[in-house]
Amino acid sequence: MSFFLRTFQLGLKSLLLHPMRSLLTVLGIFIGVASVIWLLAIGEGISQEAQRQIEGLGADNIIVRSVSPPAEVMAAFSGPVPYGIKRSELATLEQIPTVKSALPIREVRRTFTFDGNDLDGRLVGCTPEYFTVTRLELERGRLLTEADNNNAQNYCVIGSGAAEELFPLTDPLGQRVYLLDSKDYYQVVGVLKYRNPTAAIGGSLEAQDFKNDVYIPIRTLRQRTGDFIYTRRGSTRTVEIIELNQVTLRVQDVDSVKVTADVVRMSLGVREPEKAHVVDSDGSEGGETKVTNVAANASLPPPRLDVAVIVPEELLEQARVTRMMFMVFMGLIAAISLLVGGIGIMNIMLATVTERTREIGIRRALGATRSHIIMQFLVETVSLSVVGGLTGILVGLLCPAVIVGLRYLMNTFAPELMANLPDVVQRIQPQIVLLSLPLAFFISVMVGVVFGIYPAFRAAKMDPIEALRHE
Amino acid sequence: MTEYAARLKDIRKDYVLKSETVRALRGASFDVPTGDYVAIMGPSGSGKSTLLNLLGCLDKPTSGEFFLGDDDVARMTDDQLAYIRASRIGFVFQSYNLIQQYTVLENIEVPLLYQGKLSSEGRRRCRELAELVGLGERLGHRPSQLSGGQQQRVAIARSLVNNPYFILADEATGNLDSVTSEEILTLFQQLNNEGRTIIMVTHEDDVAAHAKRIIRLRDGVVQSDQPTVNRILCRPRSPIAASGELRAASSGEVHAA
Ligand SMILES: Nc1ncnc2c1ncn2[C@@H]1O[C@H](COP(=O)(O)OP(=O)(O)OP(=O)(O)O)[C@@H](O)[C@H]1O
Ligand SMILES: [Mg+2]
Repeated sequence: MSFFLRTFQLGLKSLLLHPMRSLLTVLGIFIGVASVIWLLAIGEGISQEAQRQIEGLGADNIIVRSVSPPAEVMAAFSGPVPYGIKRSELATLEQIPTVKSALPIREVRRTFTFDGNDLDGRLVGCTPEYFTVTRLELERGRLLTEADNNNAQNYCVIGSGAAEELFPLTDPLGQRVYLLDSKDYYQVVGVLKYRNPTAAIGGSLEAQDFKNDVYIPIRTLRQRTGDFIYTRRGSTRTVEIIELNQVTLRVQDVDSVKVTADVVRMSLGVREPEKAHVVDSDGSEGGETKVTNVAANASLPPPRLDVAVIVPEELLEQARVTRMMFMVFMGLIAAISLLVGGIGIMNIMLATVTERTREIGIRRALGATRSHIIMQFLVETVSLSVVGGLTGILVGLLCPAVIVGLRYLMNTFAPELMANLPDVVQRIQPQIVLLSLPLAFFISVMVGVVFGIYPAFRAAKMDPIEALRHE
Repeated sequence: MTEYAARLKDIRKDYVLKSETVRALRGASFDVPTGDYVAIMGPSGSGKSTLLNLLGCLDKPTSGEFFLGDDDVARMTDDQLAYIRASRIGFVFQSYNLIQQYTVLENIEVPLLYQGKLSSEGRRRCRELAELVGLGERLGHRPSQLSGGQQQRVAIARSLVNNPYFILADEATGNLDSVTSEEILTLFQQLNNEGRTIIMVTHEDDVAAHAKRIIRLRDGVVQSDQPTVNRILCRPRSPIAASGELRAASSGEVHAA
């Protein structure tokens, strides 16, 4: 043991003898180890983000959203623009055998008023089941019931934020919220607990902050509001016709989600995002495939763009793919820099061995065996690579901070570029994987051993007599 | 320790080169009793360094018998030889050969390191030896901070740390001025008086005159093996050395040409 300690001590001494040289030597290891930690942290961040999204949506749900056409399209229409999910389609979706139930939602932006307090929020028409599926929990009062819906009652359940804003001093239960736009009242029957907002997913599902929502029976909403939405933008006035904003499909079990999603897409005429992508890239590659694809596309009706199908299960898969790509990419960087770093260390150690030929001779004369010499140089190489590894670990730990800073810079100086990045990348929150620290340490030790072996053997192979004569 | 530090019988050493074979030693025989002080002399190329390398177990003879104490060194493996070097032989080189990164104390410790005996006891001994050679105040200094004579003292302390069968000195005073040489030789004298066996290679007659016995080599054989005037003047102090002394006297005559 004392031999090891002494050798380690000497290793550090010869390291400090040429600090600049050592620094440059360990640079590769440093980068390699740091990127190992980074790739694991970012991968972990991606999968946690995906996990969070799925948690918000429910892994056994499929969400069908109406997507409003772009403004140019709207402007081109002189009359009302109909889009989105139809009630007849809801009936079709309910027929799918693997679908347990389909929950329709209709939502409009409204201004709520009570006793001089105003609040802009979402008026959501829904069914009682919606609260369970969305994990909205009751704070006080009661939720909406089947009977409320059937009778199209003027009852509402309000979010925690709405309760605070509209009823800062009064007990909301039993009070009536006034809606300026439609000039009607809803009686508050329940107040919800605070629920964490969900993040936006792709372009189709925006972030939801549930706290300012007011929930009423969907039938009531239909009767009061109808399917028309009038919007005034400057001088132009558009009319949209939308029957349902969202249908949440509850699928029997997680395993049948994918099949169900395919059926849903087919019956709605929505193209699956990945498949569309595959067709595009194939088409641009080979002439023959292009022809067949064009033919295939021609036979299909044009895909529908006013409805999006969001499958949390698929999101998970997408996240997995993104994560994999990241891991492979960063892993490649790590491997290359570890290789280059290792070769750098080997190079320096070979030079060191030649430089210290005489010392090797002295040690051999004083009783060092070949294995002693091998050990000595291995320990020195490993201490070099471990120093690189430790600094790499330190910098690796900075990963979350660096990502936050980088995102800030990107948002400030290149917002368009940032907007084009995949969603996961935009929102990534790297999570340091604890296991990656010992792993990184182990890797740096291994690099030292692997690339130190050859120089160490060179040193041990020397003839002691000749080594002693060396100038 | 046995009465003989080393015994060589008909030692041959050939260096096989591509075109020819150099016969560096052609049957050298002599014994070194414990407590002896031998100077090896001879013209350049006569095989002195070759002989010293064999005595120091850095190399193996092509043929012949070489006993170190009771062990047949000629038939040992590389690792066994390394252990013998670590435990029984002390080297003092012309160019000191200290490890530059190490302090005085660390340099003295090196043989213990390879013997696996680096303990607090061993460390205490290293300190004592540093004091013995007069460097007790400079334990933390590096070789580059010491004079040549001081460096050679460190080397001598290092050669003593494993309590060797003998000390091998190859032109130990070759790089030193006459005053410093005299100091080093006095130190050797003192060590020999304490019963330590010393074998040294030298070119200089006045250095060799410090030994008890001079072996002259020529063309790889022992040309002469004679006691010096010191043998009579020097009074050994330890009984072990004394017994070695008697044998040295008798064997010396046998080998004398
Ligand atoms: N490694 C070697 N390979 C080949 N020949 C060698 C080798 N070492 C020594 N010799 C030869 O062996 C002979 C004896 O050499 P050695 O070095 O022992 O002489 P020396 O007595 O020490 O001479 P000097 O006083 O010049 O140091 C010489 O002829 C030398 O050329
Ligand atoms: Mg020589």
